[in-house]
Amino acid sequence: MSTPFYVSPEQIMRDKSDYARKGIARGRSVLVMTYADGILFCGENPSKALHKISEIYDRIAFAAVGKYNEFENLRLAGVRYADLRGYQYDRSDVTSRGLANAYAQTLGTIFTESGKPYEVELTVAEVGDSAADDQLYRLTYDGSVQEEHGFIVMGGTSEPIAAVIKGEHVPDADLDTAVRLAVRALAAQAEGGEVRTIAPDTLEVAVLDRTRPRRTFKRLTAERLGTILGA
Amino acid sequence: MEAPHGTTIVAVTHAQGVIMAGDRRATMGNIIAQRDIEKVFPADEFSCVGIAGTAGLAIEIVRLFQVELEHYEKLEGNTLSLEGKANRLSSMIRQNLGMAMQGLAVVPLFAGYDKERGEGRIFSYDVTGGRYEEHSFHSVGSGSMFARGALKKKFQHDATEAESIRMAVDALYDAADDDSATGGPDLTRRIFPVVISVTAEGLRRVPEDEVGAVVEAIVADRMTRPGG
Repeated sequence: MSTPFYVSPEQIMRDKSDYARKGIARGRSVLVMTYADGILFCGENPSKALHKISEIYDRIAFAAVGKYNEFENLRLAGVRYADLRGYQYDRSDVTSRGLANAYAQTLGTIFTESGKPYEVELTVAEVGDSAADDQLYRLTYDGSVQEEHGFIVMGGTSEPIAAVIKGEHVPDADLDTAVRLAVRALAAQAEGGEVRTIAPDTLEVAVLDRTRPRRTFKRLTAERLGTILGA
Repeated sequence: MEAPHGTTIVAVTHAQGVIMAGDRRATMGNIIAQRDIEKVFPADEFSCVGIAGTAGLAIEIVRLFQVELEHYEKLEGNTLSLEGKANRLSSMIRQNLGMAMQGLAVVPLFAGYDKERGEGRIFSYDVTGGRYEEHSFHSVGSGSMFARGALKKKFQHDATEAESIRMAVDALYDAADDDSATGGPDLTRRIFPVVISVTAEGLRRVPEDEVGAVVEAIVADRMTRPGG
């Protein structure tokens, strides 16, 4: 019988991280940012049926990049968590902080205990009564959580996109301005890359709009996007 | 054992969709348990449910029904068909059969806008979960026979939304006139029936002052013709 090679825990974790990072960087980016009336979600997604951006609860939404079956699994778990909480207690007792914690536990356990980590990165966002109460949480494949302010860019080649947003993000911009900035940022390439334009029908755009009653999540139709981007 | 119950719920279809209205009284024996209870609820964006029977159980069933419809919509990415929603409610009522046998029955009335057919539809139930589609109009609760009689005389297929609201509130007035467990409009406290309208544009609860205006018109007419 051959003796198995010793592999240090540091090495195992590093290999898992590299594996997950590679998977996440392969796809297209998704951008989440605040605007005057709430939070805007924008990503390239040619599919009309398989969403990267979804409603979780009245004021909470979810955006993900990476492997579809893995983040879809997490999305369903999140909807179940939120609906159960809201039914057992009250709708106001469902918070993004609780949901982010639940996701962090799940992702952390999968990362340390299973052979293959989830190749996903998530954003859990909650719109507040005012811009100061908006909350954005970034969750990575190993279960770490970061609260971010203003915007989050996930997946793909995120640096050039983040650079554009960082320079031009205006928290009290109206929806049309915010959408135009988001789409321009998503099209941004690393230096020397070709300039490209993104067709409205390959975009998935949604908002958590604090001016809407109860369920604040709303998808922007291709028609609406066309008008915003055409103008 | 006594638990709050009693009611009249009416639903009326019209050219654009469907109206549902319910009185505000809950009774416990000869006592009025509550004079401003709400018994008509939005189920989701295109349907509503009104409840007759034991208030505590009925409100809980409605709460679960609302959660289930929203849960399905979020998981699947699209809403259930109107028939699907009606069937789901049917099985929830059937689960309550044991309680109904002990005297704590819940009988809902379900109505909504069917996007595939482009029309408003009404479904009634019995305590065993039997589901029956009703045409044009229907009513449930202790005052339902009086309301149904009123609607039978007044119903018009080509009525507008506003005319149907008037019809529904008129029917509730007749129910309250003859049934002690149904509350009439309370002009002194300004407690008016809950009215929900569902059309292709979605569901809206008719605002208090709009219902108030309808009620005042009805009361004024009945000053000269008490029978309506």
